[in-house]
Amino acid sequence: MKHIISVLVENKSGVLAKVAGLFSRRGFNIESLAVGPTEDIAISRITLVADAEEHSIEQITKQLYKLINVIKIQELDPANIVERELLLIKVSADSRTRPEILEIVSIFRANIVDVGKKTLMIEITGNNSKVRALEDLLKPFGILELVRTGKIACTRGSKA
Amino acid sequence: MGKITCAQMLMRCLKKEGVEVIFGIPGGVMIPVYDALLESDIRHILVRHEQCAAHAADGYARATGRTGVCMATSGPGATNLVTGIANAYMDSIPIVAITGQVARSKIGTDAFQEADTTGITAPITKHNYLIKNPEELPFVVKEAFYIASTGRPGPVLIDIPVDVSTEMIDEKKINETMKLPGYKPTIKGNKKQIKEAASRIYSSKRPVVFAGGGVVASNASRELRKLVKTIEAPVITSLLGKGCYPETDDLSLGMAGMHGAKYANITFTETDLIIAIGVRFDDRVTGKLSEFAKNICVIHIDIDPAEIGKNVAVSVPVVGDAKIVMEDLEKVYREIEAKKGKNKRNDWLKRVEMLKKQYPLKYDRDSGAMKPGYIIEKIYELTEGEAIICTEVGQNQMWASQYYKFKEPRRLITSGGLGTMGFGFPAAIGAKVGMPDKTVIDIAGDGSIQMVSQEMATATSNNIPVKIMLLNNGYLGMVRQWQEFFWEKRYSHTGIYNCVDFVKLVEAYGGAGIRVTKKEEVEGAIREALKIDKLVLVDFLIEREENVFPMVAPGSTIDKMIEEDR
Ligand SMILES: Cc1ncc(C[n+]2csc(CCOP(=O)(O)OP(=O)(O)O)c2C)c(N)n1
Ligand SMILES: [Mg+2]
Repeated sequence: MKHIISVLVENKSGVLAKVAGLFSRRGFNIESLAVGPTEDIAISRITLVADAEEHSIEQITKQLYKLINVIKIQELDPANIVERELLLIKVSADSRTRPEILEIVSIFRANIVDVGKKTLMIEITGNNSKVRALEDLLKPFGILELVRTGKIACTRGSKA
Repeated sequence: MGKITCAQMLMRCLKKEGVEVIFGIPGGVMIPVYDALLESDIRHILVRHEQCAAHAADGYARATGRTGVCMATSGPGATNLVTGIANAYMDSIPIVAITGQVARSKIGTDAFQEADTTGITAPITKHNYLIKNPEELPFVVKEAFYIASTGRPGPVLIDIPVDVSTEMIDEKKINETMKLPGYKPTIKGNKKQIKEAASRIYSSKRPVVFAGGGVVASNASRELRKLVKTIEAPVITSLLGKGCYPETDDLSLGMAGMHGAKYANITFTETDLIIAIGVRFDDRVTGKLSEFAKNICVIHIDIDPAEIGKNVAVSVPVVGDAKIVMEDLEKVYREIEAKKGKNKRNDWLKRVEMLKKQYPLKYDRDSGAMKPGYIIEKIYELTEGEAIICTEVGQNQMWASQYYKFKEPRRLITSGGLGTMGFGFPAAIGAKVGMPDKTVIDIAGDGSIQMVSQEMATATSNNIPVKIMLLNNGYLGMVRQWQEFFWEKRYSHTGIYNCVDFVKLVEAYGGAGIRVTKKEEVEGAIREALKIDKLVLVDFLIEREENVFPMVAPGSTIDKMIEEDR
């Protein structure tokens, strides 16, 4: 099962390596990862998605807590969060396919961020199923390059 | 107050932490630190290999309960420390390792003797630091000692670039405030859980206490004894827990597991409730994991939440310091007794007593041969059970733990988790430095001692009179035993017979050597070794293919033991 784990860490060099190293050392695969400072510049948030059994997630959480620079860990409940990832997709486009692509982009409320002679670059943010759907629809046109951020997520309501 | 170098600052910080001795070897980038050491009254023991600096610091820590310190230069010095650090990590021993690093501007350039020390040691330290700014040093040293010695103890490393060591800092600007927002070990156990544990124990018919290194680390031997006395349950220990409950006591079942006593292993299979304290259920104890403690109640007390439920399913987890939790648990248990009356478990205690009688640890006492069991028992007798016993790894280690009875914690110093050959002798050096009034003995194997024999120079040149009792079988014996039992006696590369004259070797270093070839000479040789006030090696030429019994085959359940007369 997929788990979204949010890890608050001290914003210091080497901390990400320690977190990532712990995952690989204990035999866990990180599916996606996003890092950046929080509202407090001294603290960074690592949001990661890992695929594992319940028991293993509990174990890895406990092991993560043992890292001195880890301040707080939260497993996010998918039912109660807003989750986003951002994709940049460069897709082949000629005069014939361009209108069709533009239509798809507008339906998805995605943006064209670069126009080349034979390409379009599209930016989309959304949850995983939305961005995947767009990716699927664009595939037939020929995806030249695809770049995605790791998933980030925030709990709904006033609870931090 | 004026300006001092960072290296001088380091010495002051170490002094403040109560450091009295450092084990190490200097090198280019450590010259500033070693220079500052000259003006400090901290003792330095120059070892001959950095691995042994870490082991000595480890042995010092295990013997005294204080944090051990070792130092090494960058690159090869630091990488040589790695085995020693990993060893301390696996057994949760508080040591602080200080390493030199190339200058800050050269980091990442593959400079001469550069190694990514913090990267290499990240998986084997509780925490590590690379000092980038001299101002960090005072609070980093403070944090390092705090982290190493609190919670679940472990090694912490501080990597100091040479140009940090030489930089001048203003004494007025020294800031020692620790900043550890993510580090708060849970000390006090949850009240409800402790209540639950007490009532489960009370209603148990066949409880057993299983105590490990955590009890030693928390200095909770007294609390354990009190708890055991109150609930009247037999006590099994792990290898690292040896001595936290007196092995001479009727309720003690010694060690369980692969080479544990059969009565201890059977007790584990007959119990209905295990009170596990500061143990991590290593596979050397549990045997086949899926069958261990199946369908019974396990109460697990540990300061590290990650240990609870890691290997064995736990019914009542209690996160906290063993000392505090046991104190509380004992009180709550007595309250239950006061209400409901004492739960006498005479049948169970009788059963355990009978198992002890039925399956004693045994070797052929009438044999004219010089049995390892006999040698260890003689050492026990002649030291009145009061020595600090270090061991190497292999058969020697198991014989030592089977036949020496440990009455107090911190008396057996042995590499449990990592099983590091060559640990015992440098650890003995560290232990003796920390406990100069104690007799310190390394029960050694001929393979292991050859990994660290250069430290004989450390022992003689620093007047550290440890005793090496070498159980010399001319084999990498434990591996040979596995080959005999499970690989049709195909002795691939385990024979090391007659490769060195150990008596001459120790003499070459300025120590004393005694060779023993007959059972009748054993007692006299041990007596003499104990009398000589310098490094002594007693070379016991034991039967070459002697085995450690009983034994649980790897992967088998622990009640199925291979015994001598099979
Ligand atoms: C550093 C290291 N290398 C290899 C091993 C594997 N090993 C375990 S026991 C053993 C044999 C030890 O031989 P010796 O010191 O003579 O002890 P004996 O078993 O003969 O008493 C070996 C090679 C180990 N534990 N540690
Ligand atoms: Mg041997």
